[in-house]
Amino acid sequence: MILSEIADNLSLEIKTEGVDLGREVTGGYVSDLISDVIGNAHEGFIWVTFQVHLNIVAAASLKNLAGIILVRNRIPDEETLKRASEEKIPIMVTPLPAFEVVGRLYDLGLRCQ
Amino acid sequence: MISNTEGTFFLTGKDFVNAGKASSRLKKVLENLGLPPGIIRRASIAAFEAEMNTSIYAVAGIMHYYITPETIRVEIKDMGPGIEDIALALTEGYSTAPDYIREMGFGSGMGLPNIKKNTDSLTITSAVGEGTTLDFVINLTGTSEGAEHDTERNC
Amino acid sequence: MTLHEITSMLGAVLLSGTDDLDIIVEQAYCADLMSDVLYCSVSNSLLITHLTNAQVIRTAHIADLKAVVFCEDKKPDAVTINLAEKKGIPLLLTGLSMFDACGLLYEKGLRGCLILKTNDLEY
Repeated sequence: MILSEIADNLSLEIKTEGVDLGREVTGGYVSDLISDVIGNAHEGFIWVTFQVHLNIVAAASLKNLAGIILVRNRIPDEETLKRASEEKIPIMVTPLPAFEVVGRLYDLGLRCQ
Repeated sequence: MISNTEGTFFLTGKDFVNAGKASSRLKKVLENLGLPPGIIRRASIAAFEAEMNTSIYAVAGIMHYYITPETIRVEIKDMGPGIEDIALALTEGYSTAPDYIREMGFGSGMGLPNIKKNTDSLTITSAVGEGTTLDFVINLTGTSEGAEHDTERNC
Repeated sequence: MTLHEITSMLGAVLLSGTDDLDIIVEQAYCADLMSDVLYCSVSNSLLITHLTNAQVIRTAHIADLKAVVFCEDKKPDAVTINLAEKKGIPLLLTGLSMFDACGLLYEKGLRGCLILKTNDLEY
């Protein structure tokens, strides 16, 4: 499944400009702990989080994740969005809480393991 | 009728095992007074967030509660670094917490907004280099439980 | 959904807190930031988290949560388990990732604490 299908399906708002939404998503990860994501998420995964610290972009970039979904309408600051655009990491926002987002991604067939 | 009740807990900074203990004990006090669960939840959450702030940022602090038939009043006074810009600190998502605090599940910039959300009035006074005092009140009369602060639908 | 059903769906083990697995949880909240939990979770819900420190138990106690699920076989230390025992909060441990644990529970019908701002989308 590609990123744009997921964005459409969950009505995600895309916050970063000039990013590739045609990328294949290989799985999902949910965590608010950056060290945990660096340790356990895999390439091509979509990451669901409430965390908006600048470090989320570095972690996503390091692990070559497909994108980040911010839950509960969490708004990243400009610095985070700017860095995400530079690093080509799509950041998307939803009003839903993490459990609901993960449930819907799971319904679409995404898995972590 | 609730009789006037007051008490004080001492808070130790940088002690994550015990951080939250005072709020837990406050919750017990409120339960023993037979207050409605929604009120207890709001007061406990506000006290807990304030206690965690003390634990994260300060060397030590004091939590004093004073309960009357009309209000729950809690004052948390810490010996910490102080807050430079209180309006900014009340902004959702604003945080000065270091990375290791975030990795422990705090410092997401939701603490003060959460205290504000759960209380009927909140006063913050702070002096940089000296410390911060939070004073919050939850009304026990007038509004029905959680009517204006329905924590379950209003966030 | 009962704690018993949740335990068997997740292939989880019970670490502490109760002998009564007939406890019913109404909704679920998944997070590692405790202020987020305190801000948005509702009473009687289930918390699913990666964090295993004592603050998780304090948060669950303060916010009247029913039970906590730890994922990826990350077992909390004895201090945390003892605290949960004292507060009567059931702790479950599953080998599943948090993503798959939440996904499975959702698939079986458990729903998230849905909290709407008045101007949010209907969902």
